Amino acid sequence: MSELATGARVVGALGARSIRQTFRRPQLISPIVVFPTLLLAIQTGGAGAGIALPGFPPVQSFLQFMLAGSMMQSMMLAGNSGGIAFAVDIEMGFTDRLFASPIPRFAIVLGRLAGTAALGLFASLWFLAIGLIFGAHIEGGVPGALLAIALITTSAIAVGGIGAAIALRTGSASVVQGLFPLVLVVLFLSSAFFPQELMVEPAKTIAEYNPFSFIVEGVREPIISGIEAKQTLEAVAAIAGIILLGLWLSASALRHRLRTG
Amino acid sequence: MTAIVVEGLERSFGEVLAVQGIDLRVEEGEIYGFLGPNGAGKTTTVRMLTTLLLPTGGRAGVAGFDVVAEARQVRASIGVALQEAALDPLMTGRELIRLQATLQGLPTAAGRKRADELLDRVDLSYAADRRVGGYSGGMKRRLDLAAALVHEPRVLFLDEPTTGLDPVSRKTIWEEVQALNDDGTTVFLTTQYLEEADQLADNVGIIDRGLIVAEGTPEELKGEVGNPHIELTVGEGAVPEAERVVAELGKLRPRKGDGRVLLEVENGAGDIPRVVRALDEAGIAVESLELVRPTLDDVFVEKTGHHLEGEDGSGTEPAEEEPAAT
Repeated sequence: MSELATGARVVGALGARSIRQTFRRPQLISPIVVFPTLLLAIQTGGAGAGIALPGFPPVQSFLQFMLAGSMMQSMMLAGNSGGIAFAVDIEMGFTDRLFASPIPRFAIVLGRLAGTAALGLFASLWFLAIGLIFGAHIEGGVPGALLAIALITTSAIAVGGIGAAIALRTGSASVVQGLFPLVLVVLFLSSAFFPQELMVEPAKTIAEYNPFSFIVEGVREPIISGIEAKQTLEAVAAIAGIILLGLWLSASALRHRLRTG
Repeated sequence: MTAIVVEGLERSFGEVLAVQGIDLRVEEGEIYGFLGPNGAGKTTTVRMLTTLLLPTGGRAGVAGFDVVAEARQVRASIGVALQEAALDPLMTGRELIRLQATLQGLPTAAGRKRADELLDRVDLSYAADRRVGGYSGGMKRRLDLAAALVHEPRVLFLDEPTTGLDPVSRKTIWEEVQALNDDGTTVFLTTQYLEEADQLADNVGIIDRGLIVAEGTPEELKGEVGNPHIELTVGEGAVPEAERVVAELGKLRPRKGDGRVLLEVENGAGDIPRVVRALDEAGIAVESLELVRPTLDDVFVEKTGHHLEGEDGSGTEPAEEEPAAT
């Protein structure tokens, strides 16, 4: 078996373990599913009239508008949960078992990210299913839905990379868990839950430059109107940037951990 | 062939020199007992030899490969069971061994077969599909050992494999280690239990404060210490007076802090009557008396001036085994 095939097999095995770990630990899966679903239900039920505001983008329903934000929230919390699980592995010494194995050590990070990507896929499917069940249209049809799924799945790798880097650097599950409120701040300072045009300063300017606004718009567009090249490319660029940042931070934190033990 | 070669190995953490330039050699097929109290540098040494920690000085080779320059080859040649049984409580025993087989590059079918064999070998087949979180301490250690054996390593590192286990579980692990060694596996075993090193090891290295203070076979080391000692238990508060009385009859050893007087004597049992007589004449009641042959603790005392066991209760009695969840 070639080196690449062996590496891919290891990443797959570690990714599968990561998924099992999340589904077997309620405190990891509930923020990914329960919290964003409840928030979606509450916001859709309580602020649905918002779509009538002047400047609100044309949408079929508030649920249709909110789906992208909920997917983003779920995906970001999946990234955070992945970081927490990784830090728990470090705390209990499980990563030592992996570091003592004859595998490329970065495969350990990639395995974790593969698991987080799968959770991103799950999150996107979950919210698309909820949207469809409750009457939301996917204006971009099947290609639009697939694009939204692909963007959320790859975003999960991006956010998971940041979570993995923090886990490797600190080795502390509580530190990674402490980033939970920050995830919400980043989301609320993007266009995830409210149109950028209707925000007030300084939130509006922050949202304008927040890379997660570009991602959420790239996911939202195929749902509320259809696939648009500009939004798609901006989202891909934002995701690629965060992935590169996450991988660089993870590689640096991994080197530091291996050097200091 | 030499399985492990260590020359001037050092590791510092900031200002603290945890391992201070140690040298050792472990021949292939040997069980090497690395004995020392908590914080002596045992785990730091093992972490360097297993490529989990970079040395800050010196060099080490394992199975013919350098631990820094050829780390991957070292990892392919060794099995490691770390101190805290690094197991995921949410995985089942079977899942863990299969994952380990994948990490070691075994094809899927071979990995599954090997997992079944190993679970059977460590007598865990009945619990293979239960989550590890429900295993007892002994079961976890056996599973950890099985995981370390997936790829039939040439050198096996066991970091305090029986710490915290009850006597029955300890014995089971000892038997397994001995059986592995009989099959030709070189074993590097760290322990803070004297009996463990004495029972299992062909050669023992004693480490204290980052330095190897003695090395040899258990018999050689005990032979260096020489004389047996009398261990006396006297009444409450009578230890200082008893030590004063018997000091003329032999060489006093450092106290273990539990009301016992330790006196090294030249003639063994022949010295007991005069010791008892002296204490009797001084009006000191002897509650118990035992003649003790030299142990590795005596070697430790001889080399370091303090006991390996007993001063803080560590290393003497293992913790109670927790019950297995059903």
